[in-house]
Amino acid sequence: MASGTVSEPRGGEGADRLFELPPELAIDTDVARRVMVGFIRNQLRQAGFGRALLGLSGGIDSALVAFLAAEAVGPDNLLCVLMPYRTSSPASAYHAGLVVDRLGCARDLVDISSVVDGYFGRDGEPGGGGESALDAAPLRRGNFMARARMCVLYDRSVAWGGLVVGTGNKTEALIGYTTLFGDSACAFNPIGDLYKSQVRQVAAAVGVPEEIIRKPPSADLWPGQTDEIEAGFSYPELDRLLFWMIDKRRTDEELLGMGFPAGEIARVKRLVAVSEFKRQVPPVAKLGPRTTGVDYLYPRRRPGSAAR
Amino acid sequence: MKPLRIALAQLAPRLGLLDDNLARHREVLAEARAGGAGLVVFPELGLTGYQLQDLAAEVAMRVDDQRLLGLAAEAVGLSAIVSFVEEATDHRLFISAALLEDGAVRFVHRKLFLPTYGLFDERRFFAAGDTLRTVQSRLGVRLGLAVCEDFWHLAVPETLALDGAQILVNVSSSPGRDLAAIHEVGLGTATSWRTLMRTYAQLTTSFVVFCNRVGMDETISFWGGSEVIAPSGESLFTAPLFDEGLHYVDVELGDVRRERIGLPLLRDERPELHLRELRRILAERTEMAIAAASEAPEERSAPSTRAEPSTDELERS
Repeated sequence: MASGTVSEPRGGEGADRLFELPPELAIDTDVARRVMVGFIRNQLRQAGFGRALLGLSGGIDSALVAFLAAEAVGPDNLLCVLMPYRTSSPASAYHAGLVVDRLGCARDLVDISSVVDGYFGRDGEPGGGGESALDAAPLRRGNFMARARMCVLYDRSVAWGGLVVGTGNKTEALIGYTTLFGDSACAFNPIGDLYKSQVRQVAAAVGVPEEIIRKPPSADLWPGQTDEIEAGFSYPELDRLLFWMIDKRRTDEELLGMGFPAGEIARVKRLVAVSEFKRQVPPVAKLGPRTTGVDYLYPRRRPGSAAR
Repeated sequence: MKPLRIALAQLAPRLGLLDDNLARHREVLAEARAGGAGLVVFPELGLTGYQLQDLAAEVAMRVDDQRLLGLAAEAVGLSAIVSFVEEATDHRLFISAALLEDGAVRFVHRKLFLPTYGLFDERRFFAAGDTLRTVQSRLGVRLGLAVCEDFWHLAVPETLALDGAQILVNVSSSPGRDLAAIHEVGLGTATSWRTLMRTYAQLTTSFVVFCNRVGMDETISFWGGSEVIAPSGESLFTAPLFDEGLHYVDVELGDVRRERIGLPLLRDERPELHLRELRRILAERTEMAIAAASEAPEERSAPSTRAEPSTDELERS
């Protein structure tokens, strides 16, 4: 594992730059790493667990979380679950393998093709989802895959005796580029307050293989899909806009004055607003004198809350 | 004069586990005594953990609680500052810091400023204290106690110094955040605190002792970095970030006198001026509030329904 030195933000010019890092997003990677590793340990300890598992996609987010989790609990206590679908990119499996080999943690391979095809059907043969599911749009199939992976992870979590560590970043959570109860489902998430650009910065600092950091991010829910084409933004540009809009509370006029295009501001604001529901616990109608989440407010982890 | 050995107990309290935390305080107290400490400082809510929410009432202690008195009984031959949820006789809950000396609870400071913004929600669960006093310690100095956010209000260190404090003690549960690389030690919170403590030490020509907890409650990481600042504003000691530890710092109490003779800022304070102007400001605020209240209906109503008739109308009637 890489030593705990602060990596120089490599956001400048030069053909060899590993990733683009807007200067305002640069963080102290030592501090970030320290906090996230401590967070994983603490969450597990308070829940009475010593082991963790996560879905390893081959992308940078889950690779970073795998590195952090391995540091937190030791590779012997970490299970990385690879869950390809038959159309998943072979590069994804290769990159996931790189991470597992580097960390020396346990690996599980679960092909979700039969689960997904069992519902949507295949080659004109309907599955459990019936005739109409045969022509389901990629969005439906993608969401189903994300939720199938969640089912596998939570099942494996019982067998492994560990908690599911989340791998979603702040950028995708803010614009709602996640599947509710799918890839966003987890026991806790160490990187959920890092923008994608910051994920790259920390990943470089902790030693995630460069080819994983370099490749275009993709949900890999259908061949050739990439986040940036689908969203219509580059991550550095989107991260900067979200950072100034949300973290730094800039108004639309101020954002315009900073050079962000009006159309982009409006679109991102809309994405953030319409995905508010994905970031919150489902609301409960207030009826009784004391309602969970409203006026029954306890720490998630408190005396007696550990499973064992 | 023998230096005063201050022990900073930069601990990671366990959330809601009062008995565990009490036991840990006892251990540390014994260790500090063996280490020759004259004063041991524990962090804010070191006996209970910070992010308590509705647990606050469940871990609250009255100042005559046997568990607190039991801890105080061990503060013999040294002084200790501990912090806990205090339940008043009228059942208000306070975030309190107590000075334990000579086997007893000598003094209690109730947190004055309860942050209820951003990631904080203290006012929902706690009442704010309403007195700010210093206390004469067996150590031969006057101590001024403050809890975390109390130090984000200028009047607190100033008042404590004017009331005779030579050592200002702030106990904190300061959550680390704002990880931007531009900050000293990579943490915006740490940069702000360090600036404040150096400034207060220099302006009040007093020692400033800052004990901040470490560990995590739920999603929040507490950053530690406990410090002792000399009356000159010079930092004498800075504890590591995020690590638990008991740190000793020897201070020359004579530095307070030396600094105040050489730099008589406290002598030159003008509390009477301050008070006069504060009175004026308060009066003006009240007038403004009254004026705003009386203008408001006029703004909302049409010109023909003015509250008072004009001179013209009076003449015609």
